[in-house]
Amino acid sequence: MTRFLLPLGIFALLAVVLAIGIRHSPEKGVIASPLLGKPAPAFVLPDLADPARQVRSDDLKGRWYLFNVWGTWCGGCREEHETLLQVHRAGVVPIIGLDWKDDDGQALNWLTQLGNPYQSVATDHSGREAIEWGVYGAPETFLVNPQGVVVYKHIGALTPDTWTHEILPRVSGAKAGSSS
Amino acid sequence: MRPLATVLIIATALAVAVSRTAFAVDPTELPTPALQARYLALTHELRCMQCQNEALADSPVGLAADLRREVRDQLLAGKTDDQIRAWMSARYGDFILFRPRYSLRNAWLWGAPGVLLLIGALVCWRVVRNRASLLPGDQEPVEEDGAR
Amino acid sequence: MLPELGHFALILALLLAGLQAFFGIAGPAFARDRWSGAVTSAVAGQAVMVATAVACLVASFVTEDFSVAYVAENSNSALPLFYRVTALWGAHEGSLLLWILLLAGWTVAVVLGSGRLPPRFAARVLGVLGLVSFGFLLFTLATSNPFLRLDPAAADGRDLNPILQDPGLAVHPPILYTGYVGFAVAFAFACAAMLEGRLDQNWARWTRPWTTTAWAFLTCGIALGSFWAYYELGWGGFWFWDPVENASFMPWLVGTALVHSLAVTDKRGLFKSWTLLLAILAFSLSLLGTFLVRSGVLVSVHSFAADPTRGIFILVFLIIMIGGALVLYAWRAPLLRSSAGFELGARESFLLFNNVLLVIAAGTVFAGTLAPLISDALKLGTLSVGPPYFNPTFMLSMLPLLALLSVGIHANWKRGRLGDSQRVLLYTLVVAAVLGCGWAFGLYARGSLLSWIGATLAIWIVLSSLVDPLDRWRRGLTLSRAVLGMTVAHLGLALAVIALTTVQSFTIERDVALAPGGKATVGDYEFRFEGVRPVEGPNYEAVAGTIVVTRHGAPVAVLSPQKRQFWVQHQVTSETAIRMHRGNNLLLALGEDLGAGRWSIRIQIRPLVSLVWIAAFIMAVGGALAASDRRYRTARAAVTSPAGATAGQAG
Repeated sequence: MTRFLLPLGIFALLAVVLAIGIRHSPEKGVIASPLLGKPAPAFVLPDLADPARQVRSDDLKGRWYLFNVWGTWCGGCREEHETLLQVHRAGVVPIIGLDWKDDDGQALNWLTQLGNPYQSVATDHSGREAIEWGVYGAPETFLVNPQGVVVYKHIGALTPDTWTHEILPRVSGAKAGSSS
Repeated sequence: MRPLATVLIIATALAVAVSRTAFAVDPTELPTPALQARYLALTHELRCMQCQNEALADSPVGLAADLRREVRDQLLAGKTDDQIRAWMSARYGDFILFRPRYSLRNAWLWGAPGVLLLIGALVCWRVVRNRASLLPGDQEPVEEDGAR
Repeated sequence: MLPELGHFALILALLLAGLQAFFGIAGPAFARDRWSGAVTSAVAGQAVMVATAVACLVASFVTEDFSVAYVAENSNSALPLFYRVTALWGAHEGSLLLWILLLAGWTVAVVLGSGRLPPRFAARVLGVLGLVSFGFLLFTLATSNPFLRLDPAAADGRDLNPILQDPGLAVHPPILYTGYVGFAVAFAFACAAMLEGRLDQNWARWTRPWTTTAWAFLTCGIALGSFWAYYELGWGGFWFWDPVENASFMPWLVGTALVHSLAVTDKRGLFKSWTLLLAILAFSLSLLGTFLVRSGVLVSVHSFAADPTRGIFILVFLIIMIGGALVLYAWRAPLLRSSAGFELGARESFLLFNNVLLVIAAGTVFAGTLAPLISDALKLGTLSVGPPYFNPTFMLSMLPLLALLSVGIHANWKRGRLGDSQRVLLYTLVVAAVLGCGWAFGLYARGSLLSWIGATLAIWIVLSSLVDPLDRWRRGLTLSRAVLGMTVAHLGLALAVIALTTVQSFTIERDVALAPGGKATVGDYEFRFEGVRPVEGPNYEAVAGTIVVTRHGAPVAVLSPQKRQFWVQHQVTSETAIRMHRGNNLLLALGEDLGAGRWSIRIQIRPLVSLVWIAAFIMAVGGALAASDRRYRTARAAVTSPAGATAGQAG
């Protein structure tokens, strides 16, 4: 008579899946990036401060850096700005900004008024570069290692908590590992 | 976000698209009807990343417009549909594909209808065989239902 | 004061539902007939309390009491009275209350219609319904109380989501929920039979009209939802295989299977345990839909405020109700045996195939809907499943179903020989294939295989369904309502099939940019844009475009799609302009202002799309006809026998 137990068994399996689904749902907004563990896209982009100059990924080879996608139109970017300034002051990792689909004048204003945490800011008027990085909503922040590989991605406003618990350990852990 | 979320929830009311407060109207057209048809098909099976459950073709979001432009440019550059799909999922993951890949890890999903049909056929065969064997012992008359 | 009264009434309703469940289930179990007798009073009391609670919330909406959080979030002083009432089910909390109200309504209907039922059986049915109601009331009170106050009160409300300010949405949720909740009755009948330990053909006869009625409501509800999505959302689609749509479609598919398997159980005493399982399944899928939609496990993608506590509550409720019913099933179903036999070509076989195929279709939709969740749980990565999966896999089980339908309705019970019908079926198939060819390749120039198959199957169903009824009519014989209802529902299905395959194959969709005076030709039609003008509504501002439509120079219509900006939520919605012309639905929607008077405009021509909804309505009418058959109102004389005895004898 096991066949009459079959529906119950299937339902039990389903209940487990649903329970896992609920447990995961708070972080559901985050879609894992296929870029993780892969080389970061190479880029040569105009510099916000001086469009005649370029921000190039090649110049960043051999160093850790944070790649932060932002825009003056984005609320979360305003929210995380203070954290970015703290990261900048800590001086552990340089931050490269990508000013996504934004007005240069407004972006420069923003940086003068709120302070500039970036080593340099590249501009992306067309939105093409953001697509290369798989960005689907600003702000998003990528951590790239000296080999040019994306090791971590944070979606949404960066918080001091993320910085100390997710980003800093990855960078300092690796640095300690290589120096010892 | 709260009002949006609550409204999404009424979704039992088929609030399919309650988040679709607007929709995209994108009048740019590709030079040949064949390309345009492929463009429409592709943008309908690629997902808008920021939306509830909406195709690239219908989404008013800025990123969706950028991705539509990307699809157009790549079609004009002579890329195949598969190349474009692969390009998209290399950047956004399989989440962007409304047509799940035909891959080993999705085998259970694509296989499910076929497996279910096989099981169903097996069940039908066994039930009919058993019932046919019971027929000689079943003398109960069948009530007329007015149809035949 | 009113909200507190409503809250209090809801608490009383919870207590009464508890009593109803206790008396209804414990009374017959311990053979205390006085307990069983008390159930009806509990039902009545609960219904009054639930109605009071709903009335209090409606009153708060109508009197614009913005000290009630739910009212403040879903209404506004500028909102027209009509929408202030329908805002009741404009969000999660209130729609739950509607669910509970409708369940109370169904329960009262069961009391009124249960005169013929053995008293103990009736008590058990009501007891199970009480349990369902108890769960939902507890859920509402514990996690989603609509009567919570704001302190201080809001000065004005945040308004009902503009997209819900539409007459379609006023009627759609109540009808859809009536269908969902109606399956609770079939579920309760199934549980009662299992508690009783016996199930005879009378059981099927009692259950049939309830199930068919619920099915008819669900059919209407789904169609209305799809219609609403089509004209209100502006993107012109009417079915997207969205998790939320699927949540209503799966119970429909299983409910359709149930309606058919009940026929076999009723007529032949066969498929008893299978029918029980379907009754459990149909309601389980309704509950599961509620879970998926309200817990946020599936819909959430980005910045979606999911509420895990609600999810956990519903999951526990789900496990108790469905798990409990399935344990009962595993225990009792083996007792149900039948020694009735039939041949391969008999009607029983075809109804078996119908059931298996419908359940497979539901299983396929289920797999696709839950795939993102399963894939995530098994750590296989994120995944999206959309129309490119659902369309072909759904057809895989639907096409055989449609092909078997015509033969099935001509098959005899028990015996496999078709006799004269064989010739009739062959002729009608040939005629259908020829007409289908004309339909797909003649009427619509760019023929497609799908539309040919769809048209052929649909025409075959129409012709073969009509042969017998017309013959009886010619001979002056009457048709029972059950048979008439079945025929009407099958004709509705055929219309839906031809409409769906046609619209799928021949839709034309174009987005154009037009300056005033500009023209676009789409299909046979020419569209001339005359410009836009401002319009003011009660709580929104809008621009309305004027577009003159002609066909080969002859005027067809002047259409005026709008783009509305609502004052309170600053949300922009699109009011499409739709006109039916020669079976084609012309849909126009305004896009963006491109500057200098130029606008982007979406033009869609969907042939026969209206027929999809009309067909669904016809199916529902068929269901209503069948449910009203006299047969169900007269009890059969057959003796009801305990399960043990049933197992021994035929039947």
